[in-house]
Amino acid sequence: MRSFGYNEFLYVLEAARWTVLLSLVAFAGGTLVGLVVALSRTSENKAVRALSIGYIQLFRGTPLLLQLFLIFFGAPVMGWEINPWWAAGIALTLNSSAFLGEIWRGCIEAIPRGQWEAAEALGLSFIWKMRDVVLPQALKIAVPPTVGYLVQVVKGTSLAAIIGFTELTRAGQIMNNVTFQPLWVFSVVALIYFVLCWPLSLLAAYLERRLSVGLSR
Amino acid sequence: MSYSFQFGPVFHAWPLLLQGTWNTIQLSFLAMLFGLLVAIVCAWGKVAGPRPLRWLINAYIELIRNTPFLVQLFFFYFALPATGVRWSAYTAALVAMIVNLGAYATEIVRAGIESIPKGQIEAGQALNLSRVEIFRFVILKPALRAIYPALTSQFILLMLASSVVSVISADDLTSIAVNLVSQTFRSFEIYIVVTVIYLLLTLIFSYVFRRIFQWGLDYPDRR
Repeated sequence: MRSFGYNEFLYVLEAARWTVLLSLVAFAGGTLVGLVVALSRTSENKAVRALSIGYIQLFRGTPLLLQLFLIFFGAPVMGWEINPWWAAGIALTLNSSAFLGEIWRGCIEAIPRGQWEAAEALGLSFIWKMRDVVLPQALKIAVPPTVGYLVQVVKGTSLAAIIGFTELTRAGQIMNNVTFQPLWVFSVVALIYFVLCWPLSLLAAYLERRLSVGLSR
Repeated sequence: MSYSFQFGPVFHAWPLLLQGTWNTIQLSFLAMLFGLLVAIVCAWGKVAGPRPLRWLINAYIELIRNTPFLVQLFFFYFALPATGVRWSAYTAALVAMIVNLGAYATEIVRAGIESIPKGQIEAGQALNLSRVEIFRFVILKPALRAIYPALTSQFILLMLASSVVSVISADDLTSIAVNLVSQTFRSFEIYIVVTVIYLLLTLIFSYVFRRIFQWGLDYPDRR
């Protein structure tokens, strides 16, 4: 029987790049869609606002695992072939966009009313008001919680293991089946996640402290 | 699209789905209850404990918050039994959830403790309130009020995350769904129905939590 040695460790470590890649894809996709969600959520159009509220409620109010299952098992039913990589990418993108959209809504709404009114008084249309007045200011306060959310994205990618995508957690499962040394295997897997996530958590906390100092000045 | 939806087999299995829903609620409530106890002890240790204890609690919090729940679950279900602990999938799932929630809730409870300024207690004394009154109205209610929103949204996150325990077949709603899929092959229909059940649970709990806040923790409007 194999024991959990250097080669097994390398296998797990190499699988971590898929975790990183999936996180980046989900974060990039989540950012694009999330921006649309946040803008719709703060829009003046009632129908658009209602739609985005429903979207956020749907993705934040149901388990990520079920969203993953629905896309992975639902797509073939609708006639699209899908592999675990795409299913995980799409599910994590949609899920992140709802959470990021809600985070950024808070940041957009935190911009003082007077700024909006000033932009309106200057006759700026919605797009220009957002682009030149609101978003640059909202961006500043949005950075710390967004970095913090990145940790959730990295952790969320572990669920892709359940539909058979060989990222860090799945690689751990495979090595556990080969070596029967779960204590070692899952400690190493947990440690790699920790090494990925902890710096992000520290960075988020640091940015938040710096921002609160900046705001209190 | 040539697929014909058949929800019949799903609705036929409603007693199972109901049982699974109940198990998920039960699991989440037990985890919340014990997780809060862990959190209160840890928060107290963090605020008032000696330095090594504080360091230990911080390590626990950071470790849990920076690793996925799924890996923690595998740790409790596969790794700990390898060292001699014997427990069922349900117990392993419950323990993993308690340990997970405990870390998140510690920070919330600590924030609640630290949200009461000393001057507020002194103000209560100056108003000649009794010790019980001070504890109830000046310390407990504002502290609960401060942590209540974060704590209840943490509960909902926990309930949704509990679907992950289905990978070790801990009899929660998602486990039941996965079993039903392997019996009926109606995967899409079953996952749609179960997702809707989770959504309803989220909406109902959010509503109930909001009403409890209005009933017991809200102050009259300052007008």
